Amino acid sequence: MAEYKLVTPLSEGDVRGLNVGDIVYLSGVVVTMRDTGHRRAVELLSRGEKLPVDLKDLALYHAGPVVRKVGDRWEVVVIGPTTSTRMEVYEYDIIEKTGVRMVIGKGGMGPRTAEACRRFGAVYTVYPGGAAALQAGQVKRVVDVHWLDLGMPDAMWVLEVENLGPLTVVIDSKGRNLYEEVYREARRRIDEEIYPRLGIR
Amino acid sequence: MVCSLSSNIEDKLLESTVKLIEAAAIWLPRDVEEALRRAYEIEDNPATRSFLKAMIDNVEIARSKKLPICQDTGIVMFYVRVGDKFPYIGFLPSLLKRATVEATRRIPLRPNTIDVITGKNPGDNTGRYMPWVEWEFVEGLDHAEVTVLLKGGGSEVVARARNLIPAEGIKGVIKYVVEAVYEAGPQPCPPVIVSVGIGANVAIAMKLAAKGLLRPVGVRHEDPEVAKLEEMLLEAINGIGYGAHGMGGKVTALDVHVDYAPRHPATLSVAVVMNCWAARKATMRIYSDGRVEYVTHPHLNMEVA
Repeated sequence: MAEYKLVTPLSEGDVRGLNVGDIVYLSGVVVTMRDTGHRRAVELLSRGEKLPVDLKDLALYHAGPVVRKVGDRWEVVVIGPTTSTRMEVYEYDIIEKTGVRMVIGKGGMGPRTAEACRRFGAVYTVYPGGAAALQAGQVKRVVDVHWLDLGMPDAMWVLEVENLGPLTVVIDSKGRNLYEEVYREARRRIDEEIYPRLGIR
Repeated sequence: MVCSLSSNIEDKLLESTVKLIEAAAIWLPRDVEEALRRAYEIEDNPATRSFLKAMIDNVEIARSKKLPICQDTGIVMFYVRVGDKFPYIGFLPSLLKRATVEATRRIPLRPNTIDVITGKNPGDNTGRYMPWVEWEFVEGLDHAEVTVLLKGGGSEVVARARNLIPAEGIKGVIKYVVEAVYEAGPQPCPPVIVSVGIGANVAIAMKLAAKGLLRPVGVRHEDPEVAKLEEMLLEAINGIGYGAHGMGGKVTALDVHVDYAPRHPATLSVAVVMNCWAARKATMRIYSDGRVEYVTHPHLNMEVA
C-alpha cells in the first residue's frame, strides 16, 4: 500500500502506476455526476455531442453536494460520495468516450467499469462515505455548474479541490477490483465459518 | 389575547423543531460516536483505520462548524409518540411540515424529495406524504415525544423484506439477515446499524425494522431471548469481515436490533433495514405548557433556557 499526491490533468502514467489499496490525495478539478447526469451525458455522447466540460484527464465524482449561493457565487456547504453501483450501467461509455482518468465514489463498481479502467487507463477510488464536513474543507471553490435543471444533487458541479482524500484505489487499471476480493473472502467466511458454527446450511 | 398567546407558542415550537432537525443533521448521537471510537480502537488494518479516523474527524468538524455530517441529509422522517391530553395535538402535523421546509432553507438540508411521476424536486424536502410521520397515541399522557430520523439513501437501497416458509424458523431469519448484509457489501456505508423486524406480513415486519433504528446502539431488546438473538446476529455479521466501507475489519455492524410481532400460521415475514454509520436522529419532548426538553441532545436545553 502506497500513498500518492496527484494533480489534474492526470496522465495515463499517473493512473497506470496505481494499485488497489493505494491511497491518493487529489488536487485540481473534479466534476460531479450522479445517475441522471450520467444518463444525460451518455445520451449526448452517443449523438456525438460534447459535454459542457471536457472530462479528459480529469476526475469524475459520484457526488451530490449541499451548496448555497452567497451573492452571485456558489459555495459548497458539505459534499461526499454517493453509492457508485447505480452508475455502473453508464461508466464504460463515459470512460471510453471522455477519457476521464479517475472515477471517485463509494460502495464499489462492477466488471464493465473494471474493463474500461483496464482498457482505457483509468482507476476507481472511494472516499469514506458520510464524511462530508471533513471534505468540505478540501473543496477550494465552485468553478462552474451545469444542468441545474436536474436539481441541486444531480447537477454537474465543477469543483477545484486540494488534497481531496483519503481516496482508496478500489479498481486499478490492471484488472484488480478490491471489493470483488473482499466479497469473495466474505463468502468464504460465511460458508466455512459462520454458518457451520450456527448450524445453518 | 388567547389567539396571540397560542401563536407565540406555535412560533416557539417551530423554532424548537427546526433546532431538533438541525441537531440530528449536525450532532451524531453520543451512543453512535462512542461505538465508532471503539471500532477505531479495535481495528488494526491501516486503510480501515484511516477511513474510521476520517469519519471521527468528520463528526468533530461537523459539530464545531455546525455543518451537516453527511451531504445526504436524507429523507425527513418523524416518529411521534403523543398523549391524547397533549394540548397541541392538532397542530403537530402542520408544525412538522413547516419545520422541515424551514430547516431545509436554514441548515441547509439537501432537497431530496423527487416526485415519482413528474420527476420534479420541489426543493424543500416536502411532497406527497412528506415529511413522513409515524404516529403513536398514548392514552392519558399530556406530552408529546418527537423523534426525527434523517434517513440517507445509500443505506436504504439495500433494505429488503421477504416471506419465509414458517418451517425455516429463526435459523431462516438469521440466514436472511446475514445474506442481506453480505449482499449489501460496502454500499450502505458500514459499519452499519442493522435492524430486523419479524411478523405476520412484510408490512408489519418492515415497520418494526424501521422503528428499531431509533433504539440507541448498545441497548438490547427487553426480552432476553431476543437480546440473545441480537448478540448472535452481531457476532455473525462482524465475522463477515467488511469493516468500515469494506476496507476489511472486525466491525461491520455497530449493533443489531431485532423486534417482532406474532406471525400468522402460514407466514414468517422478515424485514431488514440498515442505517449507515452516520445514524442521524434526535428526540425532544414537548410538555403541555409548551416547554421543550431535548432528550438525545441535552446540551441544547441550556441554549433554550
